[in-house]
Amino acid sequence: MTPMLGIMASQISGHLSIPAYESISTVTVSTAVSSISFTSIPATYKHLQIRGIGKPTAAGGQELYFTLNGDTTSNYYSHQLYGNGASAVAASYGTTSNAYITYWSGSEFGSFVCDILDYSNTNKNTTTRALGGHDLNGSGYILLRSGLWMNTSAVSTINLFLSSGNFAQYSQLALYGIKG
Amino acid sequence: MASTYTPIATTTLSSSQSTVTFSSISGSYTDLVVVCSMLATSGTPGPTFKLNNDSSSLYSETTVNGNGSTTYSGRNSNASLMSLYWTAGLNTTDPRVLTIHFQNYANTSVYKTMLSRFSFPSGEVGAFAYLYRSTSAINRIDFSVPTSTYAVGSTFTLYGILSA
Repeated sequence: MTPMLGIMASQISGHLSIPAYESISTVTVSTAVSSISFTSIPATYKHLQIRGIGKPTAAGGQELYFTLNGDTTSNYYSHQLYGNGASAVAASYGTTSNAYITYWSGSEFGSFVCDILDYSNTNKNTTTRALGGHDLNGSGYILLRSGLWMNTSAVSTINLFLSSGNFAQYSQLALYGIKG
Repeated sequence: MASTYTPIATTTLSSSQSTVTFSSISGSYTDLVVVCSMLATSGTPGPTFKLNNDSSSLYSETTVNGNGSTTYSGRNSNASLMSLYWTAGLNTTDPRVLTIHFQNYANTSVYKTMLSRFSFPSGEVGAFAYLYRSTSAINRIDFSVPTSTYAVGSTFTLYGILSA
């Protein structure tokens, strides 16, 4: 998912600044960690985007979750369409204590792009969308997911974690702000 | 402020050609994003791409997609190319559009994992997860149409994203 902004395409080499899309924070795992957090997120952007690669230390498939503002109560909904190489499947997760981002495997790195839309607007609940997955050369998943946090507070903290185990070395998550 | 989302190169075809290449890609970004809008000169060919001019069987992909009446999921393993679409190919009138994300493309400690979303209104919408089983940094991307050519007006744009 690319940000919904006008992006210049130019034949000019070098670095043309596109100030609407800014890097806020990046976490690169050097020693396995159980969670990755982005804190003190300024309310000065219109949307947020998290981009990353990761691999669980636990064997097998693991879900990547997040919570917002430290809220671990049953305030989240998620829906998904995914493919596992054999079937396309739709499913939902209602009133959970975290939102679902993507599904990874302990065998190989996967990736994702997640948008948190209108995150600082206190007139509405927060919605998210994610593209993510992994391929293992004979197995794997590709997922499209949407999420809802039933709280109108501006998002100031994002905590990401796996259903089991830790983020392995070389996992990297980066938070970007998109101005509107 | 340092540039975060940078256009690196754009190709807009003024004549048909079978391959579009981004080469000598700098390793100084965190991620790459390619945005394509493609037409073919004839038929309904299936467009593909490969990395670093590598045609060995190091590519694999998993897809989910729908065509308005049916959903699909499939995969290819040990492939010499990666697919840009699944059940439908390009055509000569309706542009196929897609975005490919190359996460951590220059990280030489990991295999390369990529994601795409593709669509065209008259035929298909879906997504891919890809794996390129090489730890080499990606410095070249080739987009090809094996049984036809890309038509005039097809566009390919490469962006670099730099994290803090």
